[in-house]
Amino acid sequence: MTSLSPQRIPPRPPQRPRQPRLRWNAWNLLLLVPLLILLTPLYNRVDPRLFGMPFFYWFQLVCVLIGVALTSLVYVMTKEDDYVITGQPDRLNVDSLDEGAGR
Amino acid sequence: MTVKPTELTIFVVLFGAVTVMGFVASRWKPGRSLEHLDEWGLGGRKFGSWVSWFLIGGDLYTAYTFVAVPALLFSAGAMGFFAMPYTILVYPLVFMPLLRMWSVSRVHGYVTHADFVRGRYGSPTLALLVAVTAIVATMPYIALQLVSLEAVLRTMGLNQAGWVGHLPLFLAFVILAVYTYQSGLRAPALIAFVKDILIYLVIIVAVLYLPIKLGGWESIFGAADAKFQQTQNTADGVLLNADNQLQYATLALGSALALFLYPHAMTGVLASRSRSVIKLNMSALPLYSLLLGLMALLGYCAIAAGVRPLQNAATGGSDSSTIIPVLFDQQFPNWFAGLAFSAIGIGALVPAAIMSIAASNLWTRNVYKEYLRRDATPEDEARQAKIASLLVKFGAVVFIVVINPQYAIDLQLIGGVIILQILPAVGVSLYTRWFHRQALVTGWIAGMLYGLWMLYHVPNPASGRQHFGGSAYPLGDVSLLGLWTPFDGSTRTIYAGFLALLVNVVVAVVATLVLRQLRVFNGADATDPADYYAEEGDARVEPAYERVGR
Repeated sequence: MTSLSPQRIPPRPPQRPRQPRLRWNAWNLLLLVPLLILLTPLYNRVDPRLFGMPFFYWFQLVCVLIGVALTSLVYVMTKEDDYVITGQPDRLNVDSLDEGAGR
Repeated sequence: MTVKPTELTIFVVLFGAVTVMGFVASRWKPGRSLEHLDEWGLGGRKFGSWVSWFLIGGDLYTAYTFVAVPALLFSAGAMGFFAMPYTILVYPLVFMPLLRMWSVSRVHGYVTHADFVRGRYGSPTLALLVAVTAIVATMPYIALQLVSLEAVLRTMGLNQAGWVGHLPLFLAFVILAVYTYQSGLRAPALIAFVKDILIYLVIIVAVLYLPIKLGGWESIFGAADAKFQQTQNTADGVLLNADNQLQYATLALGSALALFLYPHAMTGVLASRSRSVIKLNMSALPLYSLLLGLMALLGYCAIAAGVRPLQNAATGGSDSSTIIPVLFDQQFPNWFAGLAFSAIGIGALVPAAIMSIAASNLWTRNVYKEYLRRDATPEDEARQAKIASLLVKFGAVVFIVVINPQYAIDLQLIGGVIILQILPAVGVSLYTRWFHRQALVTGWIAGMLYGLWMLYHVPNPASGRQHFGGSAYPLGDVSLLGLWTPFDGSTRTIYAGFLALLVNVVVAVVATLVLRQLRVFNGADATDPADYYAEEGDARVEPAYERVGR
């Protein structure tokens, strides 16, 4: 068998406008900033110390918090991208979710 | 060494409590039936933000991590801190791809990432390759959780020689296996609450208390520096040197790229109820990284406190994974050491359970259902996965008991390199079908062979072994089929997994170009671009409701 049985894949509502292949949101670019942590010469030093800890160690701990700030910002700024319904009862039927069930 | 009654009592009581939770978990937010992989293997795909945070956190930050990372700082210094850039990078990197993976899996009912690859390329072969790679990479990881659990048990005095020494471990794992069989993913999800609260409590107290007791961070780092100055090894030290910075960066990046290719990480993500749960968790999970960073520094505290690792009575060797347990044992009152041991012990159970569930899901969906029993019903799948989870855990125990635990650590190292080889098939395919499916197989073979070849040629001077001694490959030895060595004479080292991935991608690109020229069929894509954005409540996500009774 080389392809999945087509009738098991939920049909797309025909009236929906075709979505773009990739959604672009400039806020997502913030997610690339943490890659700077790969430049070890930036922080591979002892001074300045904090509470007696060499810079190498406390700087990377601080970077965890900077990373959190960036992902949180992206989360808040891209919220509208996702269409969410809350407060609905869970009507998930596990059997029909499994597309291989009738294979 | 005598048994420590206070520690052991606290451990047994807490272990008993989570065992009860493990069995009760099957009745937590029940679905229609547990006899379905979505229910047993993914907890019904309805975990909210809090549950997911504890579940994924408890899953990724394993007991082994909390034991091994400080042990690495203890013995090698700054290099061990690579866990920081690794965990700083990982969440921003996977933020977007994971959302796409969740949506497409939710729409199509994919239980594993190999399911996705099968749908994307219409290729059971490629899916099999992904599944087998993931299972092989996960098995030693499960065994390592046992190593941590056993380190704690031996520190508490249950350090007998021979098979008697392994008996407590065996008992703990039988209990774990039975309630995982019974409750599926709900068991570790519920137990993760206890595990993580204990871990947070223990580490926060330790990080505040130990530096004061040992004379402040300045003198702790001073003691570490003095230790590394004395050693013959030039690679250790409280800072990186000119030769290992590239290794530090590539190991961090490689590990970050690899993390969510591990099936247990994917299982935690697919069990979430919505995209926003995942987004929120990408911001909240780094709290664990902070904890891990502080925990890592306890490795230096152990140097300052003059900790000596225990002799493992079963293998006769010095067991570096006992450094943290011994530190707690020496520096804290018995009852607190008992809490710390319980945190590590229970911390081993959660990931071990999720890993075995994830491996069973892969086996069931991409091997059993695909090749052994095409007409398997959802009930058959669930039954098969439950039995597989028992076998996986039993295999891990046998591994530890029969074979030297050192091999588990070596295999885990290899696991990190080989799991990276499915990145083009899983990660890149989330965005584009540009790669040809046969080129992905070709690239996988090339990357795998090169990666294993490199690891085979890395010796470990500290333990005197010739092969599989580490993941740092000398850059000067990198050559193009032995004809051209572009970095000849360089003394730097680089992460072998990173090089292997580069080779994999280059081969896959070339093979794709060739196959496109030859116009070889690239399989049928079962997914639609809109599937990758489906959210909870979307018409595409809940079609099941309208199709009930069909």
